[in-house]
Amino acid sequence: MEKIKAIEESVSFKHQERIALRNCGIINPEVLEEYIARDGYKALAKVLMDMSPEEVIDTMIKSGLRGRGGGGFPTGLKWSFAAKSQNDQKYVACNADEGDPGAFMDRSVLEGDPHAILEAMAIAGYAIGASQGYVYCRAEYPLAVKRLEIAIEQAKAVGLFGENIFGTDFSFDLEIRLGAGAFVCGEETALIASIEGKRGMPKVRPPFPAVKGIFDKPTVLNNVETFANIPQIILRGADWFAGMGTEKSKGTKVFALAGKINNTGLIEVPMGTTVRQVVYEIGGGIPGGKAYKAAQTGGPSGGCIPASHLDTPVDYDNLISIGSMMGSGGMIVMDEDNCMVDIARFFLDFTEEESCGKCSPCRIGTKRMHQLLDKIVEGRGTLADLDQLETLAKTIKAASLCGLGQTSPNPVLSTLRYFRDEYVAHVTEKKCPAGVCKALVDYKVVAELCKKCALCVKACPVDCISGEKGKTVYEIDGAKCIKCGACITACPFKAIIKE
Amino acid sequence: MNIAQLEKIQKETLEKMNTGIRIAVGMPTCGIAAGAKPVLEAIQEEIEKVGLDNVTVTQVGCVGACRLEPMFDVIKDGGEKVTYVLMTPEKAKEVVKEHIIGGKIVEAYTVGAEEA
Repeated sequence: MEKIKAIEESVSFKHQERIALRNCGIINPEVLEEYIARDGYKALAKVLMDMSPEEVIDTMIKSGLRGRGGGGFPTGLKWSFAAKSQNDQKYVACNADEGDPGAFMDRSVLEGDPHAILEAMAIAGYAIGASQGYVYCRAEYPLAVKRLEIAIEQAKAVGLFGENIFGTDFSFDLEIRLGAGAFVCGEETALIASIEGKRGMPKVRPPFPAVKGIFDKPTVLNNVETFANIPQIILRGADWFAGMGTEKSKGTKVFALAGKINNTGLIEVPMGTTVRQVVYEIGGGIPGGKAYKAAQTGGPSGGCIPASHLDTPVDYDNLISIGSMMGSGGMIVMDEDNCMVDIARFFLDFTEEESCGKCSPCRIGTKRMHQLLDKIVEGRGTLADLDQLETLAKTIKAASLCGLGQTSPNPVLSTLRYFRDEYVAHVTEKKCPAGVCKALVDYKVVAELCKKCALCVKACPVDCISGEKGKTVYEIDGAKCIKCGACITACPFKAIIKE
Repeated sequence: MNIAQLEKIQKETLEKMNTGIRIAVGMPTCGIAAGAKPVLEAIQEEIEKVGLDNVTVTQVGCVGACRLEPMFDVIKDGGEKVTYVLMTPEKAKEVVKEHIIGGKIVEAYTVGAEEA
């Protein structure tokens, strides 16, 4: 069989359908002409010449496009609310404050195809009657910001952006605002506050941004990936887009594959692709032939998908029904060596740190949940703690002000739902089944396997292994051992185990 | 700008992109972090040294295969495409000599040598 030569022929491209990522890796993002070569700005020309704003919104509604930032709100509906709000000034904003650990699809689009975002935002501007846009991009993406700036300048220079686009009455300009590293600024009301120059904190909704957004003016706020789909929907039609995906989730979704998976990277698949196809076909399975344990979708706001749900078609509603969520599309794969209690603690550590502190359920609740998890992984937990954890999680979910707090208990709730036995092992047997939680693990030398070579002694940084080279089986002093794992790596005979 | 002008640019650019050899080096943040910049520079240097005028060296965004960075595509007349992966400046120079100048694909460095 002849070997493949181009990346598109590889297994990881099987099942992929590229709409948002269609130009990424194909065109030079700093050359406007190459974007035009791939039908760039034709969608904008089409809406300005041949379509009324109502027709544009109608197309968006019919396409079934839902917000790719994670919430999944129908984009066309959002636009129609903003279009109906009467005001002298309206805004279009793009959420590029991609903060979920392990997600980087927005960066890829901004760096690989920045003109697509410009074009889509101008289309949104025309549809709702806005002449000014903002891209709120995290400062950690300097290359994305640079390429966006280049794109704006290039498009303005030839009349594809700015004043009187395509010689029509429609004008649309764009400003880039940089985030200052706060995760909560990905939440729409906090993002708007930050654009206004205020401290990035969420507000109670309603009023929704479509009615009262940036500087209290009607604002459409969409995610980068959502915008990236729009020019193609305009050019190829709502029916084409609605022909892909599941009943209630149309089109494709970009996922960032990370964790214990062979083919890490960005993939774009039709909605409804199963987790099994993503992990085992596109992702090439788990390294070392280890067993799949779970995949975390939706980052710190989402939940885990256990092996029993591998055949679930991935879409917004299915993920919610199994206790996770789409989120921005990070997918972190975990294998048998991952402790689910530890994973839950990791994500909670993140949300506790990123809580803005405005509302008490989130500010105090995440801290208390974290303390309970610390107690469990350190071997001081009780069964009553598990119940308390669950009660606390449900309260925070119900009572928090914004999406950050409302979703922060999800990792705990979903691991409790699918891996309760691991929690129970931690509190009743004081054991960590995956061998991750240091306080609950003991290192032991298996006498029959030990060749008395002393390699473990050399590797040990705290001198807790004793014995005589060539004569006695080595022994590990549990009281001195810091459970760093250096001896396990050093032993060529796999004679040291975790218990 | 009007539609006719836009279509003219499209036609001309496509013609340009599909003529001769296009070397597209992945230069997203992840590629740059993996060492794509020295690879790009090595290719440019080699092409300049030999003075090939039917070759365009360009930078592109991320194709999504983080594990294979740095990588670049060699596309001939808009058709045949070969993806070279896990590149270093040395390997890239070899590809320029063998493939671009010599016309012989360096199988060992292609994506097919790395994964199916």
